[in-house]
Amino acid sequence: MLEVRHLETSYGSSQVLYGIELHIGVGQVVTLMGRNGMGKTTTIKSICGMVAPQAGSIILEGQDIAGLPSHTIARAGIGLVPEGRQIFPNLTVKENLVATAHNLAGSPNPWTIDRVLDFFPSLASRINGMGNELSGGEQQMLAIGRAIMTNPKLLILDEATEGLAPQIRADIWLSLAELKSEGQAILVIDKNLAALNRIADQHFIIEKGVSVWSGTPKELDAEPKIKERYLGV
Amino acid sequence: MGNRAQILIVGTIFLGLALVPLFAELTQTPFYLDLARRMMILAIGALSLNLIMGYGGLISFGHAAYIGIGAYTVGICAEHELVSGFIQWPLAILVSGVFAIIFGLISLRTRGVYFIMITLALAQMMYFLGVSLDRYGGDDGLPLIERSNFGALVDISNNVTLYFIVLGALVLSLFFCKRLINSRFGMVLQGTRSNETRMKTIGFPTLRYQLTAFVIAGMMAGFAGALLANHTDFINPDMMHWTRSGDLIIMVLLGGMGSLAGPVVGALAFILLEELLSGVTEYWQLIFGPFLILVVLFARGGLLGFFADKEQRDG
Repeated sequence: MLEVRHLETSYGSSQVLYGIELHIGVGQVVTLMGRNGMGKTTTIKSICGMVAPQAGSIILEGQDIAGLPSHTIARAGIGLVPEGRQIFPNLTVKENLVATAHNLAGSPNPWTIDRVLDFFPSLASRINGMGNELSGGEQQMLAIGRAIMTNPKLLILDEATEGLAPQIRADIWLSLAELKSEGQAILVIDKNLAALNRIADQHFIIEKGVSVWSGTPKELDAEPKIKERYLGV
Repeated sequence: MGNRAQILIVGTIFLGLALVPLFAELTQTPFYLDLARRMMILAIGALSLNLIMGYGGLISFGHAAYIGIGAYTVGICAEHELVSGFIQWPLAILVSGVFAIIFGLISLRTRGVYFIMITLALAQMMYFLGVSLDRYGGDDGLPLIERSNFGALVDISNNVTLYFIVLGALVLSLFFCKRLINSRFGMVLQGTRSNETRMKTIGFPTLRYQLTAFVIAGMMAGFAGALLANHTDFINPDMMHWTRSGDLIIMVLLGGMGSLAGPVVGALAFILLEELLSGVTEYWQLIFGPFLILVVLFARGGLLGFFADKEQRDG
């Protein structure tokens, strides 16, 4: 579904990515791991068109989307749940969901507002509340809801559970597992290795802007040196 | 802010406005009719500015240009003996829209202070264009030979008729803004104001949405200009001067930026205070300025927000 090859990205004269390789199959959950500052978020930004890559290719279902405007990439089927949630504070929960809904990919079973509220029942009771009146967990649920309302082929979550209470984190992981069971392809960044291991089909580790390792959760478990060296676990 | 309280305040204002012709007739003071009509025309202009400033976060310091363009379209048409309102008014809206597309395409590529300066510069360009049009009165302006003619349908040469036409236009403008803001388009516009990058990554070409809002606002202001030309029976470049754009911004701030009826309240309060204070002193701005500062500092949501909250607390 998504193939990232030899991706290189810079911010001005400062190069951050030197060669990222990533492969996500249909319905797969893939993780992107690495220590802080290694280029995970920049990789996501490059995929989503928020920064233009310098070199390499990003192929989504046969189409090279590298360097396209971010709204075109979103319409091609990539939904992003950004770091820090970034819900629209001046819109209500309902407006956050309604404003962003589209089904350009032609999903046969598109997400609707009712489906999202069934999926995240705690949002239903806050439906007319403003975005900035929600708790962190509710904001993350809304951010996920908002992304899936675009019926993406690939859902990307940057720091999926950062700053959330343990119970809320557990709820978010359950939600992602449910999305996976419905066939949703997901690329997720998070620091909780145990939770990622439970949900992931494939891990990709990057170090200083370069892909250094990839494998299944089982393979990663068998490589304690890799975990220690690149993840500090 | 209480929605019920807002409806009550706005309803009272419109009831008051509807009774102005009767009051003017009973007291034999046509001045009030003239004053209220001017308030309502500028309220339409302020409503249009609120669309892009209050909901879109685009602080245009040149919005009066579109009022001027609308007024000049009517004035120039009349000068060439094209007096049909069925042609003049749509043409005023259309011409304002065309200018808004051009100015929007230029200015919307910038943000913040650069956007403010570009809109200001473009409006001043239009002001000096008006000054240089000797054929149409130049600096002195141009009297309207005849008000827009709607044949047998309605005769706006009658001041009361024109008054109710303006009142109807204001109600329609308010209704139009309400529908627009509550539509998906309005939500995308508001979302773009708070986080443009995010809106782009959800799949919305934000420039296109902002430009559309900019053009709609320009067309609405152009319509206000067509009404203003008929109201004053006169057009002049001062209608496009940057200080007029500043007045519109003050009206929006005073009434309540980003609230639907705030600009109406703001326009009414602004014109009323201008009239009252200028009767007290020639330097009325010395009193108005501190008042505006107090409103901005202490009346969150402008006058409409302040009174609506008070009504809710008391009620």
